[in-house]
Amino acid sequence: MSTIAIDKSAPNRKMKYGSMSRDRTWALRWSYFFLTLFAMFSLLPPLYMLVTSLKGSAEISAATNPWWVFSPTLSNYIEILTSNQFLRFFWNSAMVSIFVVTITMLISVPAAFALARMRFWGSATLATGVFLTYLIPETLLFLPLFKMFATFGEFTGIQLINKWYVLLIVYPTLTVPFCTWIMIGYFASIPKELDEAAIIDGATWIQTLTRIFIPVAFPGIIAATIFAFTVSWAQFLYPLVFTTSIDQLVLPVGIITTLIKGDVFAWGQIMTGALLGAAPPLIIYAFLMDYYIAGLTAGATKG
Amino acid sequence: MVDVAVQPNRGVVAGSKRKRSSLQTAMKRKSTTAFLMTLPLIILIAVLVIYPAFYSLHLATLNKSMQRFVGLGNFEFLFKRETFWLVVKQSCIFAITAVIFKALIGFIVAHFVHNIPAKGQRKWRGMLLVPWVIPPAMSTLAWLWLFDPSYSAFNYTLAYFGVGPVPWTGDAAWARFSVILVNIWVGAPFFMIMYLAALKSVPDQLYEAAAIDGANWWQRIWYVTLPMMRNIIAITTLFSLIVTFANFDIVRILTAGGPLDHTHIFATWAFRVGIEGSDVPLGASVSLFMVPILAIAAVFILRDINKRGNES
Repeated sequence: MSTIAIDKSAPNRKMKYGSMSRDRTWALRWSYFFLTLFAMFSLLPPLYMLVTSLKGSAEISAATNPWWVFSPTLSNYIEILTSNQFLRFFWNSAMVSIFVVTITMLISVPAAFALARMRFWGSATLATGVFLTYLIPETLLFLPLFKMFATFGEFTGIQLINKWYVLLIVYPTLTVPFCTWIMIGYFASIPKELDEAAIIDGATWIQTLTRIFIPVAFPGIIAATIFAFTVSWAQFLYPLVFTTSIDQLVLPVGIITTLIKGDVFAWGQIMTGALLGAAPPLIIYAFLMDYYIAGLTAGATKG
Repeated sequence: MVDVAVQPNRGVVAGSKRKRSSLQTAMKRKSTTAFLMTLPLIILIAVLVIYPAFYSLHLATLNKSMQRFVGLGNFEFLFKRETFWLVVKQSCIFAITAVIFKALIGFIVAHFVHNIPAKGQRKWRGMLLVPWVIPPAMSTLAWLWLFDPSYSAFNYTLAYFGVGPVPWTGDAAWARFSVILVNIWVGAPFFMIMYLAALKSVPDQLYEAAAIDGANWWQRIWYVTLPMMRNIIAITTLFSLIVTFANFDIVRILTAGGPLDHTHIFATWAFRVGIEGSDVPLGASVSLFMVPILAIAAVFILRDINKRGNES
């Protein structure tokens, strides 16, 4: 009697395990299936940029299958990369981004250090204020800023509107608050014993920052740098408002204002330009993905 | 009362005067250094964020040539215009629909990524985050080309299945759909990354306990995952709501507000009125309508941060 009962339960249990692992395999298959779908959805526009950029203008306006390149050509790339105008946009974008990243780090790292470690009157309020500033969108500020710079030009004779360096003044309003905020998070996570030891050994506050905090929080600094670069490279509204002459434009605005002439869209060149414009952030992302994601999640998860 | 409270203090200070004074100068030096280190930040925020914010309040009360004070005249003018109410409606539809779908898709995709073996997750995450990395202005151009009415890839593919050409950006309803679709495409990866980070922080024991209690997968999500992720979901949604509500790039490039103003949202309309129509005060008044929703979201985010600050 008892042997039968055991016999009966053993296969039962086995079957249950079998079905569970089968469920698991199916769940995995479905996960891969849907992930493939979502990945296709995510990569569709960049891939289509690539496909179009390899086509000649005859093939673009032909009624052939748009998803495939039948006669690949690099003519778009050659045209874009040899046009002085486009190189000028690229150069402007690079200059603006590099300067903005430098300015941002010079302002936000010391400020974050002071706010995280050197408690002073109003420091907590200021830290919260910095975070709130990050929440103010640029679409709220572009009109008053535009008017401010115009008035500034009238009074001092220093013309800021329609010069690429006006962007060096306005971009930090987008990058500095967030970079300061994530650097506060990184600095706050460094054990207090470390800077106490340094102070006891006679280091000044500046030395503590440069010799201890910056090296220890280096991943945070990379994340903040990447963020500042991506934001200043991708910004569209401010350059659209503040610069209009062709030689002062940055890449995104340059592509849109020069390659779209009325109703005529030079799609091959537009897609090539867009792909080249998307390349720097994508390359940085490909190599420094983990820092990128750390910076992205730090803003909301640390606090 | 004050005198009584201060008097003993003063005595203590006098008692160890030398020690105190050196300490005090040190304190003074520390706070001075700290203040100097934050000074550029304070100046930046004060001059280029706070001042313009209040300046736009002032601007909104001027007439078009900015020489005469008109009080609330700009707002009265706006309230009487049909386009304004269209913009209000569209901004709300746009922000709410896009955020809901971003959150849903982000949640679902995060689960799928979390589901597969840890070894392959990096690769998938890397691919799925690409829309967030590409500058929105550039990727919107690609979408615009995909939506192109005559030579576009979408209509070609649809024609293959016998579905007639869809006016992706030509018809009001379709244009709204396209704008929201692109916004979801750009924004969903952000939710995915946030949720993935949150999913990883939910302890496995909770799921084991739930499984022992006989919970099915739906109950596990409802009673374990969602409560554990509540904070992240709330803060990410609020962030995204702010960003989506104030969006400019996508609408501007995809439809420029057309057809017949049927996709304009606050930011693009403020640009149209303020820069292209060179009526800066009216544009400033339009963009000021973004403030209430931003303020509400900011209050909630701030409350969350303070709460977490107190917990830690």
